[in-house]
Amino acid sequence: MATKKSSGNRASFRRAGDAVLYCLCLVGIIVSLLSLAILLYDAFADGLPWLNFQFLTSFPSRFPEQAGILAALVGSVWVVGLTAVISFPLGIGAALYLEEYAPQNWFTSFIQLNIANLAGVPSIVYGILGLGLFVEALALERSILAGALTLTLLILPVIIIASREAIRSVPKAYREGAYALGATRWQVTRGIVLSQAFPGMLTGTILSLSRAIGETAPMIAIAALVYIRFVPTGPLDRFTVMPIQIFNWVNLPQHEFRGLAAAGIIVLLVVLLGMNSIAIFIRNRYQRRAV
Amino acid sequence: MSDVKIDVKGLNVWFWDNHVLKDIKVGLKPNAVTAVMGPSGCGKTTFIRAINRLNELIRGSRTIGEVYIDGENIYDKEINTYELRRRVGMVFQKPNPFPKSIFDNVAFGPRIHGVENDEELHKIVEGSLREAALWDEVYDRLEDSALDLSGGQQQRVCIARALAVNPEIVLMDEPCSALDPIATAKIEALMRKLKEKYTVIIVTHNMQQAARASDFTVFLYLGKLVEYGSTKSVFENPKSALTEKYITGEFG
Repeated sequence: MATKKSSGNRASFRRAGDAVLYCLCLVGIIVSLLSLAILLYDAFADGLPWLNFQFLTSFPSRFPEQAGILAALVGSVWVVGLTAVISFPLGIGAALYLEEYAPQNWFTSFIQLNIANLAGVPSIVYGILGLGLFVEALALERSILAGALTLTLLILPVIIIASREAIRSVPKAYREGAYALGATRWQVTRGIVLSQAFPGMLTGTILSLSRAIGETAPMIAIAALVYIRFVPTGPLDRFTVMPIQIFNWVNLPQHEFRGLAAAGIIVLLVVLLGMNSIAIFIRNRYQRRAV
Repeated sequence: MSDVKIDVKGLNVWFWDNHVLKDIKVGLKPNAVTAVMGPSGCGKTTFIRAINRLNELIRGSRTIGEVYIDGENIYDKEINTYELRRRVGMVFQKPNPFPKSIFDNVAFGPRIHGVENDEELHKIVEGSLREAALWDEVYDRLEDSALDLSGGQQQRVCIARALAVNPEIVLMDEPCSALDPIATAKIEALMRKLKEKYTVIIVTHNMQQAARASDFTVFLYLGKLVEYGSTKSVFENPKSALTEKYITGEFG
């Protein structure tokens, strides 16, 4: 009898714990969704009146009604595009090396530990590094290429970590099956591991690039707060990016520029979502083909 | 005895400090099904994985000894393991078709060994699937994912995949342990057919299966070879008291 009663108590205690956890999770998701909704409402309320064709096709100006985001929009697309081109192969290569080829010794563990640490370094530190290394030492000046290389350093650790996870999730049984047919290590890597892990690698890269397009601090270090009235046409041109332009407008005293900043935020969000949708589309296609 | 395909001479395998196979000496016959039997953890799987040198993919493994296939020591430094593994096919305990189409699964081996011609690939795939007794069930959906097949069909895809590179020996590591009785019966019938062309070695801890499907039986216990002989003699007339105890179910 006694044991029965105490087990009943324990069960109701567990149920209570369940309910508490459920409520905590619910509060958590409501708080995050609500703040996102408020943010979006605020940006759209302030920015929509300013968002028009003229805004998208004009250069910055002292006069709010003539100012636009064209240079920053094109600059952001250039920088993030170039970052993707550089960081994706590097990140996948590093991850494949670490997971499939590197010997399991203290040096490899040391590299892995440091990659994890690098992922946590504040982005301004990368900005200063890029300024010293790419802008000055390598004499790339304040160019799109210098910016893209800096962002590459910033997101590379995250791409490597995500790609390694994707590689690790490929079942050992597939690899053994391929080795048992007489496949070489490269044939196993290319034919089995890469095709299976590719969607996961792509997801990691998409998320990193989403972070990169919103980065302000390292971009201010590289591009500086400049007034650009042309569209960059090559990787060695000077540039500005949307977060810098938005930051710039927010800092101006006239009230109208806050509306412009909000409109800039909307454009940034649209570009971000657009990039993500394209990447998710590509990923889903690969996923379907792999199965 | 010239009638030996695989001659194992003093084979020892360690995983780290664990001495898994101890001085195994046995000569396995060509064109026969040899069952490797014994309780869990006795080294059955390690034994057959020593024949295609798959153990060395596992960290901490160490092999000492010699295994001759047609008189050639496969642990010789000069041996090309990729060619060895082409000659010694393997089917795993859990069906492990690649997440690709049925066709691409069977064509994977020929492709990595340099077959590019589409017509030739189709011929190999059809031939292998017929040999694995699967062609009639899948000929109209070769482009479907192999993962959509039933467990027994998946295992036969894996058998066809192993046969597609034209091996001499087929190793099967408890190929039926994840299958239902009907699928098991199909695979066992297949083993009896495969021995006409290949040397077949199966690991099993199912004694009825060993008795039904094999010509010769190896009995391993705690990493040592206890008994080897024709399946009939091992089951009806075991030389070792240990084998008799295992067969009569006193332990296992």
